[in-house]
Amino acid sequence: MAENDLNNPEIDIPDELKQQIAVTTLDRIYNWSRSNSLWPMMFGLACCAIEMICTAASRYDLSRFGMEVMRPSPRQADVMIVSGTVTKKMVPQIVRLYNQMSEPKYVIAMGACASGGGPFKEGYNVVPGVDKFIPVDVYVAGCPPTPQALLHGLITLQKKIEGEHIPDTRWYKKGEVEALPIPILGPDLMDPRHFELIREETHKPLPVVDVIIEGGETA
Amino acid sequence: MSEQTAIHPLYAQLISKFPDSVVRDDRAGFNGVVVQPLNLLEVVKELRDSLGYDYLSSVTAADDFPEERLEVIYHLFKSVGGAPAVIKVFLGREEPVVPSLTPMYPGAELQEREVWDLYGIRFANHPDLRRILLWEGFQGFPLRKDWKEPLYEEDVKPFKSRWPEGKGERKELLNPYKDNVQYPREFEPSTVSGDVDQAMYKSLEYSDDPNSRVIKTDQLVVNLGPQHPSTHGVFRMAVVLEGETIVNLKPVVGYLHRNHEKIGERNTWLQNMPYTDRLDYLAPMSNNFGYAITVEKLMGIVPTERAEYIRVMMAELTRIASHTMTTGFLLNDLGAYFTPALYALEERELILDVFEEVAGSRMMVNYFRFGGVVRDVSPEVLKKIKHLVYNRLPRKIDELDKYISANEIVRTRCEGVGVLTADDAIAFSTTGPNLRASGVPYDIRRADPYSIYESLDFDVCTHDHGDVYDRYRVRIDEIRQSIRILKQVLDRIPEGPIMAGKPQYATKVPAGEAYGRVEGPRGELGFYVVSDGKPNPKRYHVRAPSFINLTSLAQMCKGAKVADAVTILGAVDIVLGEVDR
Ligand code: SF4
Repeated sequence: MAENDLNNPEIDIPDELKQQIAVTTLDRIYNWSRSNSLWPMMFGLACCAIEMICTAASRYDLSRFGMEVMRPSPRQADVMIVSGTVTKKMVPQIVRLYNQMSEPKYVIAMGACASGGGPFKEGYNVVPGVDKFIPVDVYVAGCPPTPQALLHGLITLQKKIEGEHIPDTRWYKKGEVEALPIPILGPDLMDPRHFELIREETHKPLPVVDVIIEGGETA
Repeated sequence: MSEQTAIHPLYAQLISKFPDSVVRDDRAGFNGVVVQPLNLLEVVKELRDSLGYDYLSSVTAADDFPEERLEVIYHLFKSVGGAPAVIKVFLGREEPVVPSLTPMYPGAELQEREVWDLYGIRFANHPDLRRILLWEGFQGFPLRKDWKEPLYEEDVKPFKSRWPEGKGERKELLNPYKDNVQYPREFEPSTVSGDVDQAMYKSLEYSDDPNSRVIKTDQLVVNLGPQHPSTHGVFRMAVVLEGETIVNLKPVVGYLHRNHEKIGERNTWLQNMPYTDRLDYLAPMSNNFGYAITVEKLMGIVPTERAEYIRVMMAELTRIASHTMTTGFLLNDLGAYFTPALYALEERELILDVFEEVAGSRMMVNYFRFGGVVRDVSPEVLKKIKHLVYNRLPRKIDELDKYISANEIVRTRCEGVGVLTADDAIAFSTTGPNLRASGVPYDIRRADPYSIYESLDFDVCTHDHGDVYDRYRVRIDEIRQSIRILKQVLDRIPEGPIMAGKPQYATKVPAGEAYGRVEGPRGELGFYVVSDGKPNPKRYHVRAPSFINLTSLAQMCKGAKVADAVTILGAVDIVLGEVDR
């Protein structure tokens, strides 16, 4: 954001002070500084991670946007770029990492897999979209998204942050935010929020099977 | 194959030696011999000790559903080169057991665990038979043909609902949980502890004799990964430490298991091509290469000459890109944080530009077709490649070599670390630069030549110490050899068509089996496919080099310091897309 955007035009600043004083709102200055120093978590899942590395490297250079500080520890990161296929075996760890990130925290689903399962959606070990378990702020399309697309996603996230308003943002409210429940690996992946449903469905009496010949009526 | 009537002398020899337990696999299009499960060890011992088949390359299984039969398929090679010996064992579906080959070939360990995990075939006397790609407690053996996943639609693609009618609906909406999950009947979720690692920790147990040590210290289990900056993705290793020294190590994989093979057996033959890109995503062109030559073997077609040259050109460019990247990231693992990697990525970007221009995508190229390649290489691109090959890359590789090879810190941290002897490397079925760094001159481009490699001049690079430093050296040398190959290819590339015959979308593949392999940047990339004449493969298996190279990781790390484990792993060079598939 340029200096002009920070200045609130409704307040008159005497000419002689124009170079020294800027008047702005807390929201704006705060969001401006925060959105320009996002620290992504160094966290790669699959093929998309390679494009993420390329985005961080010299040619596409994430640091132009203040995001070059990749942190391997979730405690020090602001944004989690879910870069690749989320599998059932991995998703408990991803939710745990998300819980361990300190607020404010954002999530980018990079690529088709993280957004909705991608080419591997039908697989038995694949979670069709990380948003089944953690809240996603920006989805980036592509398989893999080009570095330009990822940059665009990150800029979109910056815009989102710039539009935030301190009183209604979750992390500035009173009280603690509950950690997300960690999925459990059983005979299949189990979301603790769905236990009741699982119990109900698996105890239903088996339906009486009528033999249905598919497409019979059109033949 | 066409020579159905002529029996390979090797198989004839085996049959005459074991007349009661070995028979020929006489299904049309198949080869090899079928061995009785109880006699397997005997036959394999004969193959290894008397006939020279010292290298067990691939162990996999197949399901002959609806026949009540499972097969285990072994591909053995001689470490001096040549064609495989194919051994099969037929088993029933209920409680199948076969003797484990791990005591004889330690390289079978992880592969047999994979077969147990996905097919439920038990290996008697296996030292550590646990699930590997999935977790303990998973319901069912997913690669069996009668096991259906929650989002199952049909056995064969394209699905009727999508084509030709085009009224596809989202399958998960029909599932009661609105998600990709399923549970057994009468299941009580709160009975599950979710602790899936118990068996793994138990397998780490070791004989701990406190009297053997001067200072008594506690042993400690440390988990590196699956989220760890040094593990190159979602790899995890559980390490038992005594002070800082590694006493035991178990790789834990499967965090990126994307069900490549199950999906691949439903895709049409051609639909699998883009999926192979996503196996070893640092070397998509060589994955395409491996799959294409395997299916071509079965179809009995030969690509055009220009296509062969283009293929080799792309495969070698991939090797350069991949090896430079590995070198850069190895330095990362040594603590030279990111600068060398940035140098490496710079060259890789230039190569990706070439791929983008010919294939339309930087990484996921989907460039090969059965019988050729999908698009021609324009004169401008050739000029670009020429510039790279003649002017840029040789200089840059020399530069990298100059900065790194003589660096004192690199040498002290790499020399003598993670040693694997030549015998061990062969026994553990190690491939690629890792094998050659142990002094075994085995390169499939020479040992079992494919495409036009026979007519090209290049050396198989070896080093003798089998340590991390030599693995790095082998890669640098191989980049130079690749440049040498590229120069010849660029000089000789002929004009002409790039596809044999018309492009086909519904490929007709005659019934039979084929095993094709190429020398990828990480080693022997093999594809085992079985066709029953339908539009999709009946069995589709990938022999992934980085997965099998991991078998020897524990051996290399024992006795090393924990910081070295990171370096050793970096030098083994794994790509998780391929490890977990
Ligand atoms: S979206 Fe494509 S490139 Fe990205 S992880 Fe999935 S398969 Fe790989």
